Amino acid sequence: MIWRALLGRLGISVVTLFVVSVLIFIGTNLLPGDVAQILLGQMATPDSLAALQAKLGMDQPGYVRYFMWLRDVATGDMGFSKAGLGAGNATPIVQIIEPRIFNTLQLTGMVAVIAIPFALFIGLLAAMRPGTRLDRTVTFSTLSLISVPDFLVATFLVLIFAVHLGWLPSIAYLKGGETGLNLIRALAMPALTLIIVVSAQIIRMTRATVLNVMSSPYIEMAILKGVPRKRIILRHALLNAIGPIVNVIALNLAWLVGGVVIVEQIFAYPGLAKLMIDAVLVRDLPLVQACAMIFCASYIVLIFIADMASILSNPRLRHPK
Amino acid sequence: MSVLLEVNHLKISARKDDDSLTPIVKGVSFNVARGEVIALIGESGSGKTTIALSALGYTKPGLEFTGGQVRLEGEDIITMASDQLRALRGQRVAYLAQSAAATFNPALTIGEQVTESCVLHNILTQKQADERAEFLYRALELPDPDQLGKRYPHQVSGGQLQRLMAATALCGKPDLLVLDEPTTALDVTTQIEVLKAFKSVIKQEGSAAIYVTHDLSVVAQIADHIVVLYAGEVQEHGSAEQVVSHPGHDYTRRLMHAVRPPPGAGQGEETSSEHHREAPALEVKDIVAGYGKTQNGIPSITVLRDVNVSIERGHTVGVIGESGCGKSTLARVMAGLLPAAQGKVLLDGETLKPALQRRSRGELQKVQFVFQMADTALNPRQRIDHILGRPLEFYLGLKGKEKRRRIGELLQMVELPQEFAGRYPEELSGGQKQRVNLARALAASPEVLLCDEVISALDSIVGANVIELLKRLRKQTGVSFVFISHDLSTVASFADEIVVLYAGRVVEKGATDAVLSPPYHPYTRLLISSVPELRVGWLEETMQTQEAQAGIDRVVTLTDTGCPFFDRCPLAIKDTCDRETAPARQLGAGHTIECHRSEAEFVH
Repeated sequence: MIWRALLGRLGISVVTLFVVSVLIFIGTNLLPGDVAQILLGQMATPDSLAALQAKLGMDQPGYVRYFMWLRDVATGDMGFSKAGLGAGNATPIVQIIEPRIFNTLQLTGMVAVIAIPFALFIGLLAAMRPGTRLDRTVTFSTLSLISVPDFLVATFLVLIFAVHLGWLPSIAYLKGGETGLNLIRALAMPALTLIIVVSAQIIRMTRATVLNVMSSPYIEMAILKGVPRKRIILRHALLNAIGPIVNVIALNLAWLVGGVVIVEQIFAYPGLAKLMIDAVLVRDLPLVQACAMIFCASYIVLIFIADMASILSNPRLRHPK
Repeated sequence: MSVLLEVNHLKISARKDDDSLTPIVKGVSFNVARGEVIALIGESGSGKTTIALSALGYTKPGLEFTGGQVRLEGEDIITMASDQLRALRGQRVAYLAQSAAATFNPALTIGEQVTESCVLHNILTQKQADERAEFLYRALELPDPDQLGKRYPHQVSGGQLQRLMAATALCGKPDLLVLDEPTTALDVTTQIEVLKAFKSVIKQEGSAAIYVTHDLSVVAQIADHIVVLYAGEVQEHGSAEQVVSHPGHDYTRRLMHAVRPPPGAGQGEETSSEHHREAPALEVKDIVAGYGKTQNGIPSITVLRDVNVSIERGHTVGVIGESGCGKSTLARVMAGLLPAAQGKVLLDGETLKPALQRRSRGELQKVQFVFQMADTALNPRQRIDHILGRPLEFYLGLKGKEKRRRIGELLQMVELPQEFAGRYPEELSGGQKQRVNLARALAASPEVLLCDEVISALDSIVGANVIELLKRLRKQTGVSFVFISHDLSTVASFADEIVVLYAGRVVEKGATDAVLSPPYHPYTRLLISSVPELRVGWLEETMQTQEAQAGIDRVVTLTDTGCPFFDRCPLAIKDTCDRETAPARQLGAGHTIECHRSEAEFVH
């Protein structure tokens, strides 16, 4: 039963990924503008335009191009970035994307390592003492932070830490090869922004879910058995709250991989999201497709992991009758 | 006997939002001696659970102690610090809740939950506690005691969970047990088994107990002393024998009166004696229904098999059986909520579409459903006039003044004051909500009302009043009823005909008198003999009988071949009953019993 549930999820994930790839392909092809036109400029002759289009495979029918693309992607060949093509120095997309993925993972990893334990801790703390001053402070500040858009949070942080105090640089540009303290300094501002935004959501979800579980009869029973409060929260309540909490964590992690466009833009951080924006601006379709596929794939993988975690945390599925 | 617990002028109040205090318990006093079982009895709102919980120094959220003492061996529990309380709870005083299904944590193993308290309190090591738990599983006659601890709550039955809760409570050898309606949610057959287990274990372990219930018949089996409560005050206090046989207080007599007599012949209400020639109001023919994928007309989990029931116009058909027998499934098939895989549903002789969505508005109007839990059936965000107005608009096209007039009539019919129209469900008591639930179904002016366990969640007095109301409505409106209940006494007092379901088959049906008097189907006999009687000593006598020993507390299993009751039946014939479908024996005047045994063999 549990294997069937897991396999079912896996199947759904694969199908979703497939559908998403079709949508991405169609979507990017609907974008106005022709890369050959852009590369050759206004003065191009129709002949040279046609020649370049043929070279890029743009004269093939849509579905043929889709399957060619899918085959390449599946074998790890993302194709060539079209932008550099006209100048004769075609860059493989993998080469462009690789350092960006590394940067994104670096930032995401740092945010995740700090935000998740912090948010779980604060969320549980608030749930343990509902209605107290601590709980009210947490509820109020998380709600405020969720309502404030991330660029505003970023701007405030820049104002405080870069402009007023002068402790941190206001942009997070990586030259490559930064290590130790330098790296942390460069990452500090975008990471802090993201930690605040992500934590606020996880804290609220953790608090709400755990509070909901805390009102169930088996928690009252645990109190009447003389179980200490800490154990009630960590053993009796948390196990039953894992499903929703893991899901909100996964959603936030997925957002960190692909959705942090604005934060990356503000701090000029060379991550994946910024790369995609740049690619859209110059209509570099293969690069846009590659970025979009990575975002969607990471989304699907993370949600799949969250689903597995909630299935595995459910004893009804783990131990059928 | 030395006094173990002394409750002295105990006062508990509810704190409202505006900080005002409403008294809930108004100065209650009683003592519990060592090894003695005290019953707190009263209807909901009498404060019985609140008082019982004070023995653990606990109040439900929103309540607080406002006076008096609760002394355990001379020590006042109310003034204890929280770590002292923690040491007391689960160790010296242990609690058993009404619904074990809700009070077991679904994510933890049974063993961990049973042993948790004594291990945490350093009374026993984990190993000792596991041994003690296994010993208790055996004492409580639970199956597979050496493996039981590794299982999860959803893997055992409701009756077993209830006994496991007793194991949890007893694991730390407490001086005092607090049992809060521990058998109310159980089938009669399971109830005796659990009662028996509680009684013998309490005796063995020598613990004292506070037993909270609204059911006098149950109290008579288990209590030494009875405290009768009403609205937070003690009405009467005495030995069980004395209170049951010579009730001194009016309220106690009212409680006794609400206990329906054990089912037997001669109770069925004759609605109308004239012979009906016209088509029955509602009829189901050769119904096969269940859940999961249907292949060749057989659902993967088949609940109902070859079910034939017909409800004559103006008649009431009671459907009885334990949980899992398919009673609710039958009602869902009739209503079209669950389309049958095979067979027909006929209304006034006309075949209905199996699925609700494809029935016409007129057909829908004629069959109305009254659900068990009024709490969940009534939308908490809608006022009563909105709830009642919707079917009036939808089925009868009533609007404005006409609609308001009809809402007023409906409230009057179910004996509720007119001003309730403007209230929300949460402002009503359980019994009042069930009346609204009933009025909602009546608003459609139906021909058939499907009542699924409509009084099971109500106290005996409130439930008895609802039954009286139903009887009056039946006379007034001429509506036909399908009345589903696991409570045999209720069905006996209300139904003209009874259908006994076991594992999705009709094992016996006929007029109420015929079904409730010999010859019985062995299952009917088991059901009837399991209903507690309001006298001391009934439990011991019943446990000696053949039926009780053979049949109680087994899970209903659905089978493809033979008679499903085979493994519980004292009269089972090996190699026949388990292989061949039982023949339907006609015993005259529509009385049918499906059994391999002959009429002569039933009577014993």
